[in-house]
Amino acid sequence: MTLALLAVPLVAALLALAIPSNRWRPWLIPVAAGLHFGMTLITVFAGQPKFPTAWISLDPAGQLVLLLISTLYLVTSFYMTGYLRYHAQRQNRVFVSCLLCLLGTMTLITWARHLGIMWVAIETTALCTGPLIFFNKTPQSIEATWKYLLIGFVGIALALLGTLFLAYSSLHAGLEPTLALDELLLHAPQLSKPWLHSAFVLMLVGYGTKMGLAPMHTWKPDAYGAAPGAVGTLLAGGVTSCAFLCILRIYQICCASGDFAFISPMLIFMGLLSMAVAGVFMVGQQDYKRMLAYSSVEHMGILILGLGLGAPALFATLLHLINNGLTKGVLFLSAGNIHRSFGSTRSTVVRGALHRLPVSAGLFLAGFLAITGSPPFGPFISEFSILKAGFESGHFVASGLFLLFLLVIFIGMGATVLQVVQGQEPEDAPRTAYREGVLTIAPPLLLLGLVLVMGVYIPEPVKVLLQNAAVFLEVRP
Amino acid sequence: MNTWFNTLLVLVLALNLFALGTSRLVTMIKIVSLQGLLLGLMPLLIEDHLAVTSALASILAIFLKGMIIPSMLLRAIRDVHIKREIEPLIGLLPSMLLGALVTGFALLFASSLPLAEGDTPPLLVPASLATIFCGFILLTMRLKAITQVMGYLVLENGIYIFGLLLVEAMPLVVELGVLLDLFVAIFVVCIMVNHINKTFSSLDTRLLTSLKE
Repeated sequence: MTLALLAVPLVAALLALAIPSNRWRPWLIPVAAGLHFGMTLITVFAGQPKFPTAWISLDPAGQLVLLLISTLYLVTSFYMTGYLRYHAQRQNRVFVSCLLCLLGTMTLITWARHLGIMWVAIETTALCTGPLIFFNKTPQSIEATWKYLLIGFVGIALALLGTLFLAYSSLHAGLEPTLALDELLLHAPQLSKPWLHSAFVLMLVGYGTKMGLAPMHTWKPDAYGAAPGAVGTLLAGGVTSCAFLCILRIYQICCASGDFAFISPMLIFMGLLSMAVAGVFMVGQQDYKRMLAYSSVEHMGILILGLGLGAPALFATLLHLINNGLTKGVLFLSAGNIHRSFGSTRSTVVRGALHRLPVSAGLFLAGFLAITGSPPFGPFISEFSILKAGFESGHFVASGLFLLFLLVIFIGMGATVLQVVQGQEPEDAPRTAYREGVLTIAPPLLLLGLVLVMGVYIPEPVKVLLQNAAVFLEVRP
Repeated sequence: MNTWFNTLLVLVLALNLFALGTSRLVTMIKIVSLQGLLLGLMPLLIEDHLAVTSALASILAIFLKGMIIPSMLLRAIRDVHIKREIEPLIGLLPSMLLGALVTGFALLFASSLPLAEGDTPPLLVPASLATIFCGFILLTMRLKAITQVMGYLVLENGIYIFGLLLVEAMPLVVELGVLLDLFVAIFVVCIMVNHINKTFSSLDTRLLTSLKE
C-alpha cells in the first residue's frame, strides 16, 4: 500500500507525458487523485498505522497531513479539469505531469521519517511547482516563478545545512551520526546543544521560507498572484502544510531534548511577526489574489504561534492546519472563478461579483468569513482554542497581540472582499467567455461544506486522528 | 592523505575569490565547475576504507557538478548571447575583498566552534562556511539571473563540504536525491533564464520588479 500510494501519482505523471490528447489528459488528475484518496483512507482509518521501514513510515502527524493533502487534492483535481478545459488551447502536458508529481512528493514528505529523505522530497516539490506557477506564461508569471525558485532554493539550502548540523550534533555527542527520526528522538537528550540550536534556527528559517513565514514570505504574494487559483490552493493548503510538518519534526526533536524553553519564544515571535506583516499589507490591498497570499502568511504565523505555545495549544494548532487548508481551498478556487470572469485581480476593476457570479462570489464571501474566524466555521474553533491556550498558559502579551492582529486583518481583508463582491458592476467591466459550471463550482462548495462540518462537529475519526497526533508530538524529555 | 585534502580545500577557497573577481560568465562557469570537480574528489581522499556506495556518489558528483551542469549553463548563456556581468551591485575588487574578509572571519570563527573530538580535518568547517558566505555574496550582489544561479551553486558546494563530515548519516539514496534535485533545479533554471531573456530582452533581474506593493 505504501509503495502504491507513492507510485500511483508518479506513474500517472509519466502517463501524462505519454498521452497525446490535450483534451483528455487532464482527466488523469482526478483518476490518480481518486485512487490516492481511496488508499489514503484505507491506510489512515482501516489498518493499524504500519511502520514498514524505519525511514519510510506513517506516524500520526504524517497521517493527519496526508489526509489533508489527499482530500484537498481530490477536490481540486475536478476543478483543475474544468480549468484546463477552459484553457484548452494551451499545451498542458508539462503542467499535468508536474501536478501529479507534486502529489507524489507531498505524499513522500508525510511518510518520510528520515530527515534527508524529507529534505529531498521538499526540494522536489519546489521543482514541481515552478512550472505550475509559470503556466500562464505572462511576464508576471515569469517574474513570480523566478522569485519563487530562487528564494525557495536558498531557503531549502539553508534547511539542508540545518539538517547537516542536526546530524553533526549527534556526531558531536559521540553517537553514530544519523538523520533517522527515531534514533534522533531516542538520543535527543544527549545531542550537542549548540549544534542542535543552530540546526533548529536554520531549519526554521529554511522550511519557514517554504511555509512563507515573514520575513521570508516575499515570494508568496507574487507566486499566488500569478499562479492559477487551483495551484494556489495546492500551494497554500498542501505544500505549506508539508513544510509545517517538517518544522514539526525538528520541534519534536527539540522538545525531546528538553529545549522547548529555547525554541518557544522564537516560534511565538516568528508567528506574531508573520501576522503583523500580513496585517500591514492586507489593509488597503487592492489585489484580491495577493490578499489571499497575505492571508496565507497570517495563518502560517498562527500555526507557528500555536506551536510556540506548546502542548496546551497542540491539538488546536493541528486542527487549525486542517481548517486553514480546507478554507484556503474555498477562497482560492472561488477567487480563481472571479478572476477568470473579469480577467483582472484588481478590486478597483472587479466589483459587484455577486451579480455576475452569484455562487462564486457567495463562496468567496463565506470563505472570507470562515478564514477570519467567524462562527460557525472551523477556523473559529481552532483560533479560539489557540487563544484560550495562550491565555491559560500565561502568554498574555502574545495572546493580546494575536487578538489585535486578527481584528486588524478582519477589517483589512473585509474591505477588499466586500469591494469585490458587493456594489454595482461597472459598465465597462471586462467580461470573458467564462460561465460558472459544475466543475468549477462544486469543488469549492464541497470544501466549504467540510469547513462548516469542522466548525459544527468534528467527525469522530478525525478527532481521534488529531488527538493521536497531538499526543504523538507531545514528547517529554 | 590529509595534506592532499587540505590542498584541495585551499584551492576551493581560492576559486571562491576568483569567482567573485571575474566578470566573464564563461570563466565563472568554469571556476564553479572546477570547484565541483574538486569537491567530488574529496570523499575519495577523506576515507581510509572507501565504500562502493560513497565512491559511486562521488563519481556521480564529479560527473554532474564538473561536467553536466556547467555544459547546461554554457549552453544557456550561448543561447541568450550574454558574455559578461557588466554592472554588479558592488564592484569586482570590493566583492573579492569582501570574500577574503568572510574567509578570514570563517577561519577565526570556526576555531571557536565546538567541534567533535577526533580527526576532523582542521580546514573543513571554515572552508565550508567561507564557501557558503561567498555564495551568498554572489547571490545578492550580482544582478544577472545567471550569475545568481552560480551563487546558488557555490552555496550548495559549501554545504556539500560540510556534508563530508557526515558521510555515514547520509545514505546513498539521499545523496543521489540531493544530486538529482540539483540537476533538475539547474535544468529548470536554464529554461527560466531563456524565458526571462525572451520576454524582457535581458537577464537583468532589476527588470523583474513589476510585482510589488
